[in-house]
Amino acid sequence: MTTSTSPAAAAVDPEAYLQVRDLKVQFPTEDGLVRAVDGVSFSVRRGQTLGIVGESGSGKSVTSMSILGLHNPARTKISGEISIGGQNIVGMKEEKIQKLRGKDVAMIFQDPLSALHPYYKVGAQIAEAYKVHHPSASKKEASTRAVDMLNRVGIPQPQRRANQYPHEFSGGMRQRAMIAMALVNDPALVIADEPTTALDVTVQAQILELLEDLQREFQSAIIMITHDLGVVSQVADDVLVMYAGRPVETGSVEQIMKRPQHPYTWGLLASVPSLHGDANVDLVPIKGNPPSLINLPTGCSFNPRCRYAGQNGNRSFSEVPELRPAGEDGHNVACHMSFETRQRLYAEDIAHAGVAQ
Amino acid sequence: MLRFLIKRLLLAATTLVAISIVTFLLFFAVPSSPAWTQCGRNCSPERIAQVEQSLGLDQPITKQYTDFVKGVFVGRTIDDAGTIRECTAPCLGYSFRSKEPVTDTIERSLPVTISIVAGAMVVFLTVGIGLGMLAALKKGTVFDRVAIGASVGFASTQTYTLGGVLLLLLVYSTGILPNPHYTPLTENPLDWAGGMLLPWITLGLINSALYARLSRAQMIETLQEDFVRTARAKGLSPRVVNRRHALRAAITPIITIAGVDLGAYLGGVVITESVFSLNGIGREAAQAVSDLNLPLVMATVLLAAFFIVAMNIIVDMLYAVIDPRVRLG
Ligand SMILES: Nc1ncnc2c1ncn2[C@@H]1O[C@H](COP(=O)(O)OP(=O)(O)O)[C@@H](O)[C@H]1O
Ligand code: SF4
Ligand SMILES: [Mg+2]
Repeated sequence: MTTSTSPAAAAVDPEAYLQVRDLKVQFPTEDGLVRAVDGVSFSVRRGQTLGIVGESGSGKSVTSMSILGLHNPARTKISGEISIGGQNIVGMKEEKIQKLRGKDVAMIFQDPLSALHPYYKVGAQIAEAYKVHHPSASKKEASTRAVDMLNRVGIPQPQRRANQYPHEFSGGMRQRAMIAMALVNDPALVIADEPTTALDVTVQAQILELLEDLQREFQSAIIMITHDLGVVSQVADDVLVMYAGRPVETGSVEQIMKRPQHPYTWGLLASVPSLHGDANVDLVPIKGNPPSLINLPTGCSFNPRCRYAGQNGNRSFSEVPELRPAGEDGHNVACHMSFETRQRLYAEDIAHAGVAQ
Repeated sequence: MLRFLIKRLLLAATTLVAISIVTFLLFFAVPSSPAWTQCGRNCSPERIAQVEQSLGLDQPITKQYTDFVKGVFVGRTIDDAGTIRECTAPCLGYSFRSKEPVTDTIERSLPVTISIVAGAMVVFLTVGIGLGMLAALKKGTVFDRVAIGASVGFASTQTYTLGGVLLLLLVYSTGILPNPHYTPLTENPLDWAGGMLLPWITLGLINSALYARLSRAQMIETLQEDFVRTARAKGLSPRVVNRRHALRAAITPIITIAGVDLGAYLGGVVITESVFSLNGIGREAAQAVSDLNLPLVMATVLLAAFFIVAMNIIVDMLYAVIDPRVRLG
């Protein structure tokens, strides 16, 4: 996986199924231009999982909606390249994108209760997703396929369950049904936008496991969007950390979890309960709130919340840090501090807390 | 379902009884007697007493009320100044004014109101909901602005203003439309529709405006729902997303409101009936109140209450049919 703020530097991975380069998504609003995504690049191969992490409001959902071409073109400015299986969908005609949606790229949403239609039976909703891309399939074939999928995602008595409404399912079962719907057309890419945020911890683990199993089976590429580094460490191969619409750190899951380089990533790590379940470790949430995407702080947009913003003279306040190689291959970070300073600070201040343990 | 129905029917019956008692009491609380409206201002006290006796108003209120209730269920005999009349159930008494059985008045005027309301409803449900939904789908466009502007205009218009203007324009000065009148549908369907066109347009347009705004707001909200985004993410065409997913959800609360409105309108659309001089139930009711015509007041009030209560039950059941999350009970 390669990431860069400048498109020129974004290396092309010929084996990638999805290649996003220098994606910018802006919403002109009455209050001003919302720069929801500001120069993000990444790629995912089939069978691989990319975790996109960041606090709420950092542009994760906007990024995922772009990949499905779901933004209203009349109210959104999109630039850059989103190449799905070799086709760039930025600027593609709606009718053409429709053929990709739900077939080549499918999405699993955060809250399955609101994401499923309250008036239609679960089986019918899955069958509809199948039928739209298999117009020659009979009604019967589509509903058999729906029951099949419910069975595949581990829903007991799938035949009976298919005939129930979403509100009759438990949270975990509903998310399984959502996954069944997403996978009904064997998509090459699955985007899961905070799929476990609405679920309790035990169910969350089951759902993540299910996704991993299904990925092995279908060899799909997965983008796992979450604000929870714990989830990332469990399922991701590569990680993209986003802050205020920009990439701040990218690397393998090992690099991000064990040798993180960006103060924002440190903050995220410190605020997650230890993966080893050590409840005594104090959680240190990142102080302050994400900035307004209409008026980003000049320089590094993280500077109002960064303990180390003064370390580099005035640079953190005047110059936007570019994403640059952070030492190891594939590891990039957007911070003005030198490699040595980051190493030292991490060892001194961070390594003892939260997930980092 | 059955439990719900029994519960609601009992509640409805209680409501109607309560309303009938309150109406009765209110009637007698008014410091005026129907006898005065019958024999004029300079009536002698003897004459008034005589009239009151002939109307049965000399009896104790409780007796009058129980007589009324008895009449509704089993019928009763009414002694009208020596003339004994047999009033069979459901007996609502005789009009103080015209002396005809109140049931006859209702039978004559209710079809007029039903005709007005049915046609107007077709107009405002199609035009109103149609425009509102379209405006929502084309939110922010010229079409949307024009539709919303027009609906604000019409919604702030009063029935008698719009009705009067249309009457002047379409009937009196140009003769495009016939003067509003009522012909029973079964007698001459064309004439029935022709006579009702103006009230339909007037009541229809004013309500279209309200329904357009309601539908637009509802649809805009629904289009932002997660399940609409899911439908799009499946690769469904905008047409299918809008119809099968958004419209279906957006229209449910509107159907509810329309049902409740229907219940309210069937009890009489007083202003529309008055503007177009149609003798519907609303006009009869208004007249009965000013005449202190107790039997007709009771009948029209109870009828209006009945329609409202009945439509509420129907709407609740309909809701449960449309929305599987709703459980009756
Ligand atoms: N259609 C839109 N118009 C204006 N602003 C939007 C729109 N969609 C999202 N945003 C803004 O973009 C920012 C990023 O949102 P989002 O991608 O949903 O964040 P995340 O998923 O990381 O929590 C938020 O500040 C949000 O308010
Ligand atoms: S550039 Fe400065 S403000 Fe931004 S993360 Fe690095 S040290 Fe902090
Ligand atoms: Mg989000």
